[in-house]
Amino acid sequence: MPYIPHSQDDVRRALEAIGVDSIDALFDELPSSLLNPGIDLPPAMDETSLLAHLRALAAKDSSAGPDFLGGGMRRHFIPAVTPHLALQSEFVTAYTPYQPEVAQGVLQATFEFQTMMTELTGLDVANASLYDGATAVAEAALLAVRQTRRDAVLVSRGVHPETRAVLATYLRPLGVAVETLDLEGGCTPLPASPAEAACVIAQQPNFLGVLEDMRGLAEAAHAAGALLVAAVDPLSLAVLRPPGAYGADVAVGDGQTLGNPSSFGGPSFGFMVVRAAHLRQLPGRLVGQTTDAEGRRAYVLTLQAREQHIRRSKAKSNICSNHQLTALMATVTMAALGPQGLREMAAGSVRQAHRLAERLRAAGARLPLEAPFFNEFVMATRTPPARLRSELARRGVHAGVPVGTEYAFGDAVLLSTTELVTDADLDALLAALRDVGELAGAGAAHA
Amino acid sequence: MPEPRDLDFPSLFERSRPGRRAARPPRHGEPELEQLLGDGQLRERPPRLPEVSELDLVRHFTQLAHRQFSIDGNVYPLGSCTMKYNPKVHEEAARLFQELHPYQAPETAQGTLQLLFELQRDLGALTGMDAVSLQPAAGAHGELTGILMIRAYHEARGEGDQRRAVIVPDGAHGTNPATASMAGYHVIEVRSDERGEVDLAALRDALGPEVAAVMLTNPNTVGVFETRILEIARLAHDAGAQLYYDGANLNAIVGRVRPGDMGFDVVHLNLHKTFTTPHGGGGPGTGPIGVKSHLADFLPVPLVVATEDGYRMSEDVPRSIGRMRSYYGNVGNLVRAYAYIRSLGLEGLRRVSGHAVLNANYLRVRMQQAGFTVPYERLNMHEFVARPPEGVHTLDVAKALLDYGMHPMTVYFPLTVKEAMMVEPTETESLETLDAYAEALGEILARAKADPEYLEGAPYRTPVRRLDEVTAARQPVLAYPFASDPES
Repeated sequence: MPYIPHSQDDVRRALEAIGVDSIDALFDELPSSLLNPGIDLPPAMDETSLLAHLRALAAKDSSAGPDFLGGGMRRHFIPAVTPHLALQSEFVTAYTPYQPEVAQGVLQATFEFQTMMTELTGLDVANASLYDGATAVAEAALLAVRQTRRDAVLVSRGVHPETRAVLATYLRPLGVAVETLDLEGGCTPLPASPAEAACVIAQQPNFLGVLEDMRGLAEAAHAAGALLVAAVDPLSLAVLRPPGAYGADVAVGDGQTLGNPSSFGGPSFGFMVVRAAHLRQLPGRLVGQTTDAEGRRAYVLTLQAREQHIRRSKAKSNICSNHQLTALMATVTMAALGPQGLREMAAGSVRQAHRLAERLRAAGARLPLEAPFFNEFVMATRTPPARLRSELARRGVHAGVPVGTEYAFGDAVLLSTTELVTDADLDALLAALRDVGELAGAGAAHA
Repeated sequence: MPEPRDLDFPSLFERSRPGRRAARPPRHGEPELEQLLGDGQLRERPPRLPEVSELDLVRHFTQLAHRQFSIDGNVYPLGSCTMKYNPKVHEEAARLFQELHPYQAPETAQGTLQLLFELQRDLGALTGMDAVSLQPAAGAHGELTGILMIRAYHEARGEGDQRRAVIVPDGAHGTNPATASMAGYHVIEVRSDERGEVDLAALRDALGPEVAAVMLTNPNTVGVFETRILEIARLAHDAGAQLYYDGANLNAIVGRVRPGDMGFDVVHLNLHKTFTTPHGGGGPGTGPIGVKSHLADFLPVPLVVATEDGYRMSEDVPRSIGRMRSYYGNVGNLVRAYAYIRSLGLEGLRRVSGHAVLNANYLRVRMQQAGFTVPYERLNMHEFVARPPEGVHTLDVAKALLDYGMHPMTVYFPLTVKEAMMVEPTETESLETLDAYAEALGEILARAKADPEYLEGAPYRTPVRRLDEVTAARQPVLAYPFASDPES
């Protein structure tokens, strides 16, 4: 039953109107050598068997239990009201709001999203969303290249390794050089000579959880005529200094931490917020406020001459579909929590991370970095990281994102907390670490 | 009492009152943030986010939803967008898999990984391609992935410097030329012939040693199958170019013919079109790509692989173009597409394309009877292009349709047809709905003759009427204008 309403009579009536005698005859113009190849697909399933099959698959997954996984995505509090409102079928099954008279729902919600993102970042103009944090950074670098007409970018090694990989993929074909700034003590040192760079890209908090001197980086970039691109966790901005206040020209990031499930990595959404001076270079959709024929306030997609459907090969980006619905999840979440609720999430997340670090240090764990951190930090391990993660999972704890060898810690993992991590979860992680022999003074038998 | 229509719909920021809120996260006491995070790291004033009660929040977003057309509420025959019904069971399916973290131990994600592995295989079978990546986040992102792979392929053969151009037909989606530019290519446009197909002579002239790829949609954007596709493939390959398939219109042919058999080397799919993951008001989409074996070494990382120890993500792709995004893809949508393919099977998917083409031809005939003309007098595939009679503007017809509770077709695209209306009803609409659509269009044309001013003023019954788009662009207001704007 592929959701087709036609009865046999309907099909006959339609064929008669068209003047052909079968559905297959509608395909007569196609080269016959191509028609109906052998395609090997599993047989169709009814709804009950489909759900049983999917539930059986889902049963092979496990996401329950204490959770300390980070590395750019974290399972934060999502208010119950969020999916109920954001996933109303009018929002879920609408297309891009090209007919504004009947799309005020999506348009106004997007305008409110843009407003919230400018408030969080302290910058002037937010677009309607991009795909994810990594592609947002790549688009920001392209914006800086267009704006400065320079053909190199400097990126801190503190930027998520996957983000840097995406940046390289996007910039290579355009002949833009990418130079990586090595970390010192977990922080990005001020670049000595960014003279040829279109931008300096740094992440706050960085991949290792450490807080960067973003103001210093902005000053160094600006002194050389480069832009500062700040890759930020939007939830952290409930407490941290906003990019606009430390001199960033572009703030980008991934919005998963604002009301979206981690969904094995996607979809979340990317965002980009810029100073007004860069408005004409901004990629992606943008909603503006205007009035209708009767003078009522209304919202519409605007400044579309930047986009591919108008400018084709001269567009600022090829992006068409963005991540509207996941951005709406964030909009509802931010509105549900307000500034105080968002602050409590961020602060609770910080508090639990620092409490965990303190307890680990007391138990003899080696945390190689001394610099102030936010809600994530590095722990050196005796066990190879991927094996440690598996051993912990076997004990019912999800923890231990491997830290790559490029950071030269030897074997090390990231540990991350959210406000959902309880003190009992901390106990469980410490017990599991003792059990696998990671913490001094205790072996497997001790658990 | 004022008419409700005379009032501005309130902004969320106008509903805000200090101290209200809808949701509370768990509390852990107030940590000494300054001490924990260091000097100068904290923000000085809170962001002006709305402060509303849960009921106010519910009313706001429920009322906004009522100000929005959607497939669930309205017929929505946008050409090239495939606005078919999005089955509810897919939403239930997606919820089963949404809690996984991308970095959890792979042995705790075997169900999801198996699903992704099987989807790679099924999409390969349906497109006739040898290898599939599920990574791209949208159709345009899939295009960029595919063109970057073609670029890497030519570079590996020592022809990277020589092949600097990508050919697209004049009716191509805007993403095609924009993608070629993003991949560092310049664009050569070839015209269409009088039957709506690529002009072979023009293509032959454009092909040469500097061409890296030819990007095609088949059926193309006027809803016509490129009947000489095998010849086109031969010409492209003889000139050393790769043939790229834009999967936007796959719904016309799914289960019946395959891009791989037509000679395409790379294909992207729009899962939010043919495979009915919801459009979400503009996204998230999902744009997997499939390639022939000679390009498999260039696929982006990671790929899902099956090993003796179960499924896992592999970065082992010898000449990969690298990563296209973080993590693995829009898994939530990949689950929905998997559920769709498993619900329908091959026979169901063949019925999808058959009925999509049936409905489009039926609506074309009905619209012709209602007074619209079509530039190409032939059977169309899943969509067709029409024009209103001389003197009537497509924009006015589109706006008048809104008063019937019907969403217009795609308008003013493709650019090759004046006053174009591109109509794609999809297989999930009933004949009664299509009849009603054609009847509404007929009434609108009659009204246009009798009372042209009426049409220019339409719509009348929508939540807002025609918008001042010029002022929106000339004096942009892109965020809520708070009464007092403190310095940040």
